[in-house]
Amino acid sequence: MKLNINGKSVDVTADPDMPLLWALRDVLGLTGTKFGCGAGFCGACTVQLDGEPVRGCQTPVSAVGTAKITTIEGLSASAWGRKLQDAWVALDVPQCGYCQAGQLLAAEALLRTTPKPTDADIDAAMSGNICRCATYTRIRAAIKQAAAA
Amino acid sequence: MNIQLSRRNFLFASAAVGGGLYLGLSPERADAAEAGQLNAWVVIPATGRIRIMASNPEVGQGIRTSLPMVICEELDADWAAVEIVPTLADAKIYGRQVAGGSQAMPTQYEPMRRVGAGARTMILAAAAAAWNVPVAELSTDKGHVIHGTKRAPYGQFAAAAAALPAPDMASVAVKDPKTFRLIGSFQPGVNNRAIVAGSQDYGIDAVVPGMIHAAFHKSGVQGAKVKSANLAAIKAMGGVKDAFIVAGTEEYEGLASGVAILADTTWHAERARAALKVEWSDSPAAFQSTATWAKLAAEAKGKPAVMPIHATGDVSAAMAKATKRVAADYAYPFIPHVPMEPINCTARVDGDKVEIWAPTQNPEPGRAAVAKLLGVPPENVTIHMMRVGGGFGRRLQNDYMVEAAAIAKQAGRPVKLTWTREDDITQDFLRPGGWHYLEAGLDAQGRCIAWDNHFISYGRDGKFARAAGIGPTDFPAGIIEDFRLGATVLPLIHTTGFLRAPSNNAFGFVTQCFIDELAHAAGKDQVQFRRDFLGAPRIIGDPKSRGPYNTGRMRAVLDKAAAMAGWGRKLPKRTGLGVAFHFSHLGYFANVIEASVAADGTVKVHKVWVAGDIGRQIVNPAGALNQVQGSILDALGACMGHEITFADGAIEQRNFGDVPMLRNEQIPPIEVAFLTPDYPVTGLGEPAYPAVAPALANAIFAATGVRLRKLPLDVSQLKA
Repeated sequence: MKLNINGKSVDVTADPDMPLLWALRDVLGLTGTKFGCGAGFCGACTVQLDGEPVRGCQTPVSAVGTAKITTIEGLSASAWGRKLQDAWVALDVPQCGYCQAGQLLAAEALLRTTPKPTDADIDAAMSGNICRCATYTRIRAAIKQAAAA
Repeated sequence: MNIQLSRRNFLFASAAVGGGLYLGLSPERADAAEAGQLNAWVVIPATGRIRIMASNPEVGQGIRTSLPMVICEELDADWAAVEIVPTLADAKIYGRQVAGGSQAMPTQYEPMRRVGAGARTMILAAAAAAWNVPVAELSTDKGHVIHGTKRAPYGQFAAAAAALPAPDMASVAVKDPKTFRLIGSFQPGVNNRAIVAGSQDYGIDAVVPGMIHAAFHKSGVQGAKVKSANLAAIKAMGGVKDAFIVAGTEEYEGLASGVAILADTTWHAERARAALKVEWSDSPAAFQSTATWAKLAAEAKGKPAVMPIHATGDVSAAMAKATKRVAADYAYPFIPHVPMEPINCTARVDGDKVEIWAPTQNPEPGRAAVAKLLGVPPENVTIHMMRVGGGFGRRLQNDYMVEAAAIAKQAGRPVKLTWTREDDITQDFLRPGGWHYLEAGLDAQGRCIAWDNHFISYGRDGKFARAAGIGPTDFPAGIIEDFRLGATVLPLIHTTGFLRAPSNNAFGFVTQCFIDELAHAAGKDQVQFRRDFLGAPRIIGDPKSRGPYNTGRMRAVLDKAAAMAGWGRKLPKRTGLGVAFHFSHLGYFANVIEASVAADGTVKVHKVWVAGDIGRQIVNPAGALNQVQGSILDALGACMGHEITFADGAIEQRNFGDVPMLRNEQIPPIEVAFLTPDYPVTGLGEPAYPAVAPALANAIFAATGVRLRKLPLDVSQLKA
């Protein structure tokens, strides 16, 4: 099957029910998308389908169809993505950093639809993404900094 | 002790010298040193970027940024222009390579200053010779040597410098800290840019040519061995390349028995695993259940402790003299680590050579275990210390490294072993649970004059399980003259291990809540009672223990946190301030938490004020603040909802649904202040953790009058 990943059409040989997470990681070698829980609890595997954040571990590759997939490797194609990346670096958001791909893709979707988010907007958009190191204070600050940039 | 280092032995470190690292001859490696290599951590090419080695495992504590900063400061190189290079695991060269015990800064800060200063000294000597001027007339700035109006990059002198004898490490001149430009400044992590671009490789991202993906299925009841499995059916499944039984080893915590499934992808391996049918042998662990242990712990109450740990004075006599006696029972559960990156390891076995790509906090014991299991010399095991997606102590154990090596050998090809989150939780090396049966006596002035603690913990053969013990001189030993601490150990057959601020993460809750009870019983203010409890500034504890600690430094952080929080101010109904302090891992921390309790028992943490003292210098405020905030929230999440329970010998929890992690909308503001008295620099991965749960429980008591003595905090008891 063909998938549109980060603006490129890619041929993928995968079982139709293989989750997108594993097609990206183990078939295509796009390892920026992380495995965290395999059950939709943690958001580490968050990617965007047509701009909407989804759980890569809960999305069968056959369900993607022609939707445009954005992974962390493609985040910098978005102006909001670049602002978020810069804020993440400058404010030193990551500790271990493992969850941050998912956090950034959730945050980019938020800012694209809500360029001036309130705290309640951030709560709602980011609640599905666990950071085990608990960098939440800086995640919030970085989203606000990117929104103001 | 001889620390006059030759050129060769300056290059490579290993043995401890005066509490630092250094030394260790490794001539064959010295011969292989590359041009411009001034020592094991600093390479200055003739042109191009200066390279600084990052030799410690990075688990998110920021050590691959902060220790290179220390070297760079003393080298007087330009931080913006240096390249930070992670190294292999090799204790012969680099000495201590462990992310554990908050020990990197206390053991490596001063040595790494001298690593940088020594390299700079060599560059200056070479420049003085080249320019034929006295060294004293030279200065440096951002990787350049300066003489009058002349300014040249270090690289110009590096080849000559590398041929010079190394300076004496003990006497090499280091900077006056007042002149630090890099140390003490806010520096984002050196891997941040790669992390936000998705290009940073973690252990789980390792790819080796010819590699196959492995799942490893073990019994939730540890010690059970595979008797048979439907291997033929599994091998016939799509994407599966092989499946076999791993016999395992006999020793406790050796290689576990299980079924390895090798497949084209992790998903294929796990899909096949869901169809796996295994017959297990009986395990002596099958008796275990949370209910059984609770019953055994209850039966131990009122009986003498089986293991005396520490006693001073005469507790019975002091209790008899007491005006008031206070008794209370505290309890806390097993809790898991759940690092965000699931447990994984990639291994290649090629004859008697082994190569490992591991997210590990502690590679050397893994090397030893792999070498022993496979019967190869330890030096034949190469370990790539991959960036670690969270450690929290879990990856001080290297069980997964051994599993990956064993499976790769049996498979005859490179293997990436990936555990599921369910594997991670059910096979964790848990923070042990425990109970404390406490009694204290107060005199007529409300001073604590007697302290008796019967600690119920876990172990085997009359010994504590890993991380289940208690130190004889742990607080408040040495503070209260008439003191007794003893333990009784309940039988446990499940892996336990170190979790952030091990043992302290539980003892802080117990001691600081019980002190709160004593203050209340004495009718004293909670902060004042603690000041009196600590008494005059002095050093307490055995230098060989986890201390000693300085009551004056503790008093200072207590006073600071209380001042920050506006201690004593009037609060709304069902809102309270709670205070706690704790010393661990050489750090002093006090917290005040403001929390309110709704009529339905829901607890809201409004704010956390934190005062900490980890010595005279905060190396990187960016990482330091992250560590403190992370520790506070880690502890808050755990005390509000983490509990591992057992039934029929196995852990009952499976995934984040059973181990709720704090989420973005639950995060209170955290205000942090560091006191920087003139004491040695110490670490920060752990000491901010232990005083959190007690500050919250004490705030809940202040808000409601209900004393919660068990973790996780049961808010159903707080309904109005």
